[in-house]
Amino acid sequence: MICCTSFGRTLFVGKGRQYTSINSAIAAAVNGDSIRVDNGIYREKNILINKTITLVGNNYPVLDGEHKYEIISIKADGVTVKGFRLIHSGVSSMEDIAGIKIYNRHDVNISGNILEDTFFGIYSQAGVNCLIENNKLTAIGTTEQQSGNGIHCWKCDSMRIIGNTVTGHRDGIYFEFVTNSVIWRNISFRNKRYGLHFMFSHNDAYICNIFQNNGAGVSVMFTHGVKMFNNVFEENWGDAAYGIFLKEISDSYIAGNKFLRNTSGIYMEGTSRILVEKNEFSSNGWGMKIQASCLDNTITHNNFLSNTFDVGTNGSLVMNSFDHNYWDKYEGYDLNKDNTGDIPYRPVSLYSMIVEKNPASMMLFRSFMTSLLDKSEKILPTLTPENLKDNYPIMKPLHL
Amino acid sequence: MKKIIKYVFADILRNKIVLGYTIFLLLISMSVFNLEDNSSKGLLSLLNIILIIVPLVSIIFSTIYIYNSAEFIELLVSQPLKRKHIWGSLFTGLAGSLSLSFLVGAGLPVMIYTPMDIGLVMTGMGLLLTVIFVAIAMFAAVITRDKAKGIGISIFLWLYFSLLFDGLVLFILFQFEDYPLEKFMVVASALNPIDLGRILILLKMDISALMGYTGAVFRDFFGTQSGFIIAIGILLSWIITTFWLSLRKFNRKDL
Amino acid sequence: MIIANNVSKKFGKLKALNNVSVTCNKGECIALVGPNGSGKTTFIKSILGMVVPDSGFITFNGKNIVHDWLYRRHIGYMPQIGRYPDNMTIGQVFNMMKDIRSDGKNGQTDESLAEKFGLNELLHKRMRTLSGGTRQKVSASLAFLFDPDVLILDEPTAGLDPVASEILKEKITGEKSKGKLILITSHVLSELDDLITHIIYMQDGNLLFHKKIGDLQKDTGEQKLSRAIASVMLKK
Repeated sequence: MICCTSFGRTLFVGKGRQYTSINSAIAAAVNGDSIRVDNGIYREKNILINKTITLVGNNYPVLDGEHKYEIISIKADGVTVKGFRLIHSGVSSMEDIAGIKIYNRHDVNISGNILEDTFFGIYSQAGVNCLIENNKLTAIGTTEQQSGNGIHCWKCDSMRIIGNTVTGHRDGIYFEFVTNSVIWRNISFRNKRYGLHFMFSHNDAYICNIFQNNGAGVSVMFTHGVKMFNNVFEENWGDAAYGIFLKEISDSYIAGNKFLRNTSGIYMEGTSRILVEKNEFSSNGWGMKIQASCLDNTITHNNFLSNTFDVGTNGSLVMNSFDHNYWDKYEGYDLNKDNTGDIPYRPVSLYSMIVEKNPASMMLFRSFMTSLLDKSEKILPTLTPENLKDNYPIMKPLHL
Repeated sequence: MKKIIKYVFADILRNKIVLGYTIFLLLISMSVFNLEDNSSKGLLSLLNIILIIVPLVSIIFSTIYIYNSAEFIELLVSQPLKRKHIWGSLFTGLAGSLSLSFLVGAGLPVMIYTPMDIGLVMTGMGLLLTVIFVAIAMFAAVITRDKAKGIGISIFLWLYFSLLFDGLVLFILFQFEDYPLEKFMVVASALNPIDLGRILILLKMDISALMGYTGAVFRDFFGTQSGFIIAIGILLSWIITTFWLSLRKFNRKDL
Repeated sequence: MIIANNVSKKFGKLKALNNVSVTCNKGECIALVGPNGSGKTTFIKSILGMVVPDSGFITFNGKNIVHDWLYRRHIGYMPQIGRYPDNMTIGQVFNMMKDIRSDGKNGQTDESLAEKFGLNELLHKRMRTLSGGTRQKVSASLAFLFDPDVLILDEPTAGLDPVASEILKEKITGEKSKGKLILITSHVLSELDDLITHIIYMQDGNLLFHKKIGDLQKDTGEQKLSRAIASVMLKK
């Protein structure tokens, strides 16, 4: 079917062209045709694409949804939508109105569009093998209820989400039941809730994305086989914000990421068999918070720098390994010069345990009192978990 | 009054301890900013100095100075001068000279090395704490004639504000764990200028979100414009109340 | 000029002043005598406002001194033990006092005593290096410096050498002749025989009597002041 596009005709839309509306051009087109749209403002209510066509905007023609309509609905396989500026989609609390919505189709290509003030941005419902690339999505909804997700995928497979920029939405990128997909080089910042939010989305890879300054950071849950490489999670400050919140994630691999200036770099709850390696945790409130429900996770060869608390936990039983990391707060020594400290490092401070038990005691944050407590606990550990320690702390920061 | 301030000021500035204090602060703040690889870490180290050293030096030095000035005070009291003016001059002289050495020793480096608003808040808090603890020292010195006892009271007050009070708060927090204590915490912080100063500084730093972690009460209260102004008002009232109490005592004191 | 009315003061359990009432007028030279700890200095300090009485009040020229401070510009006070800021030199102390009281009588100062004591050569000396006698000289000079209407001298001759003592006595005599009120406490009474017009005797915080010197001599039959006092004390 894709092969046909090269043989199709090209239909032109614009002032003084054969077609003055996009809908009339679509009506006239057959599978494999291209439609080229001139610059201008088009108010066509809903544009329904039900043929395998390529719809290309010339110099970003504006498609205005007038705050009422879903702007483009794709109900055919192999559709391409490229180079439009979509504005003012409808807003509804009953249905998920989007700027561009894919209905149960495969091989759809949505690239190089600008979406402004849309409810949902690009919505893929049961899409397969679709490419969403280099789009720029900006929502202006003021509350979580008034804004939908930027790139929203539901029950999809083999998606490629590449190089998009999403901001101002509820969740920047939202996945539910999305498998075998790749999310690469996207930037998701200042979204109302999460920069990235997924659940039940197994075996996806997240590579080189930037999640910045989102309301509550990144939250992912109930998934196995997650691979995250070289992403940046930064500036997610807030009462319940996380660099990344991992809930019930298993058999996953988190490597080469940077967690910078978050309330908690990684917050883990009920995770198991995750390998966290070669990441940088820098200037976070908590570098990592690991709840007692986590099991068999390995945290190794990471740099922990300038975090207020390196690791926080809520229990005394710890079944995870923290060996071979670099901790800038380590005060031990290395007599045999093998670049491994001779005494273990305990990354959990007494005060962080107190705060965990009784959050109001945050009032005493950085007081003389609490630093004395921490010092005495270092000398004589009583309350901090006995086996949460790095037995082989590295003396020099790793080059990551 | 101006004349007495002038003499007190000149006398204190001649004092080697004040000079030493200035140099000490300057050395620490310069080394903190130059040795630490990032300035926010340096800022945190300096925070401890402001919260511990500044009150300590202010209260001890002022107490000793008041006792050592007993003769001077006696001489002045027999002169046609208002007691209010004598006491006020001593206070102004002490607070002024210690503030000056804080400003030179810590304020300048902070202003140079840190972002504007944090630097300002930090310097402002340091100055306010200096003045508050001078006032507390004058209160401690006026309630007893015995120098050793007076210094003892000063040290105890310092210990109370920088350590015991927080221990008490922690104790209460755990005793009444099951109750919502956020409002109590705000009130408690107002009862201790060191805590209040620390919270205000922390709220200006990016780790402030950690404070918000506790249910946001601090940020919601002190983080807003009006909350900040209220907090400053509380700190100022610490100065005014404590000084007023000591003045009342001094007015009735027999020399 | 100075009226004390039922002035009482307690230091802890010790009654330093017990209902003391006294009237001192211009031109009088009053000796305040009594054994150690009888309340003389406390009384003087009450007049100066350095000690605040528990009850009773003191007026100066008809005004209660409690809420006044300006009346002290009319008083020159020489303390029993002159204590001054250690770090200051004699010159600085003089300058400071002049500076503080510059609102006094059109800036005129009387430095004759300092000159006679030879303090002018010692102006650069720090207070802490001075001997007790020199300090007394400084105290005395300061008391007379502003030509005040009232002089209150607490043990003025104690610690002074005979020459300085004589200079001071001359000065007091001179001021007395100008019609000033002079209040002296002293236990070396013989030195003051020829100066004094009135005598106040205190014991254990009580004012036992306040008499003209002539009346006292008549009552006791003694000419010499010290003997007159001694006879009073023996009678007790």
